[in-house]
Amino acid sequence: MTPLLTVRDLSKTYGGRIGCADVSFDLYPGEVLGIVGESGSGKSTLLNCLAGQLVPDGGQVVFDTRADGPRDTLIMSEPERRMLARTDWAFVHQNARDGLRMGVSAGGNVGERLMAVGARNYGDIRSAAIDWLGRVEITEDRVDDRPTAFSGGMQQRLQIARNLVTGPRLVFMDEPTGGLDVSVQARLLDLLRGLVRDMGLSAIIVTHDLAVVRLLADRLMVMKSGQVIEQGLTDQVLDDPQAPYTQLLVSSVLQV
Amino acid sequence: MSQEYNFAYLDEQTKRMIRRAILKGLAIPGYQVPFASREMPMPYGWGTGGVQVTAACLTPADTLKVIDQGADDTTNAVSIRKFFERTAGVATTESTRDATVIQTRHRIPEEPLTEDQILVYQVPIPEPLRFLEPRETETRVMHALEDYGLMHVKLYEDIARNGEIATAYAYPVKVEERYVMDPSPIPKFDNPRLESAAIQLFGAGREQRIYALPPYTQVVSLDFEDHPFNPSKADHPCALCGADHTYLDEVITDDQGGRMFVCSDTDYCSRRQADGHRGDMAPPVLEALS
Repeated sequence: MTPLLTVRDLSKTYGGRIGCADVSFDLYPGEVLGIVGESGSGKSTLLNCLAGQLVPDGGQVVFDTRADGPRDTLIMSEPERRMLARTDWAFVHQNARDGLRMGVSAGGNVGERLMAVGARNYGDIRSAAIDWLGRVEITEDRVDDRPTAFSGGMQQRLQIARNLVTGPRLVFMDEPTGGLDVSVQARLLDLLRGLVRDMGLSAIIVTHDLAVVRLLADRLMVMKSGQVIEQGLTDQVLDDPQAPYTQLLVSSVLQV
Repeated sequence: MSQEYNFAYLDEQTKRMIRRAILKGLAIPGYQVPFASREMPMPYGWGTGGVQVTAACLTPADTLKVIDQGADDTTNAVSIRKFFERTAGVATTESTRDATVIQTRHRIPEEPLTEDQILVYQVPIPEPLRFLEPRETETRVMHALEDYGLMHVKLYEDIARNGEIATAYAYPVKVEERYVMDPSPIPKFDNPRLESAAIQLFGAGREQRIYALPPYTQVVSLDFEDHPFNPSKADHPCALCGADHTYLDEVITDDQGGRMFVCSDTDYCSRRQADGHRGDMAPPVLEALS
């Protein structure tokens, strides 16, 4: 099977400081990869390099495109990369405000990606928006409300709907449950798990919350100081951590 | 002609710089060309961009017409016409047919333009994406990459809120299937007439941008399949000349709810009246004069 995403020796430095160094992994279709690590370990740098939002200093990010097969996204032209970013990729920000247009109604937010790829039928766009709002448990009567009128959890769900409406194959998530209270987190995780399984999505989830990866991720990568220090199946890494830092990380979680 | 000014106020090097921007704009229809806009002896918002473009286009043989909201006799039109009478000494006219250069604000003349004419627009905000994406660096990238999904988000929002596309002026258009352009605040009624035989130049003084439409350029108003573009107008004939195909102004005539609809293009309306067309509220024709 061709990996959906193949990353080789990806490095990014900020001047003399290391953002992430020599990261390599394969991501297969339908697989969810968790990236954990403490603050400043290079998780977000890595994610932004993968999603084309930061330019890495070296390495390869090969994505299996629908039309042309595996292609290195780092040497793609900017229009091609943008096209990919609004069709086959999705990016869920930690803060929903970064990923939403706060001055535009919920329906407009969901419809934007459809219109960006050429949808020009108002009725179709609107029914797709309502359908997707339903899937993320936002009722139809909120379709014309702006995200400013939504709670934090609803904004995050709206951001997910907005990203998934074009049926992407790869979703990047940066702390999708950060800043939400635990009951809302649980519902959001439930929803994400359902969507990932139903749509057969591949996802890369950056988080520092081990519970999130335990629930969602098939495989886990542990980062420290820009290096990947351990990777493997999620349960294996969490239940039998090998690296000293992973052992520390796992034992730091408070057991209730 | 008053000798204190160089012809048409601006110095020759400045006019040359503006002409280069105009030529580039004509070569890439709809693309906003930056230019070094000068301070003009009038406030921003009064047509400093249009005036600079007009100054760069004028020759001593030209005849200038200036339109403000369709009319020739409002403050803006009168002062810009006087400005060029004084600084360029060119002939001026109120007749669309006789003019070779027409500077306009908010309207395209009703009379079809010819290949011998130049229409200069005064543009307050040249960037159609301005209120959707505040970063100028980003809007430039969006133009470069033809990333125009956001423009339709605005139209979507219009329909979601008002049941129809409520944008009535500065209605966005796509030029030659490439650049999305703000046609300046003309009513959307005028949009179909952007496809014209005349050269159309757009000058934004404060924003320092010039863009252009060469003759017979394809200009398509953006819309949805199920909400097609509709160049709406008031559903009345002109009260003075009886025309039912022109853009109308609503004029309040008293405080009892009395109103009349008249052509906003004053030159076109008076020409029709002179040709014998009569509306409901037209003054009676005096037998002695006719």
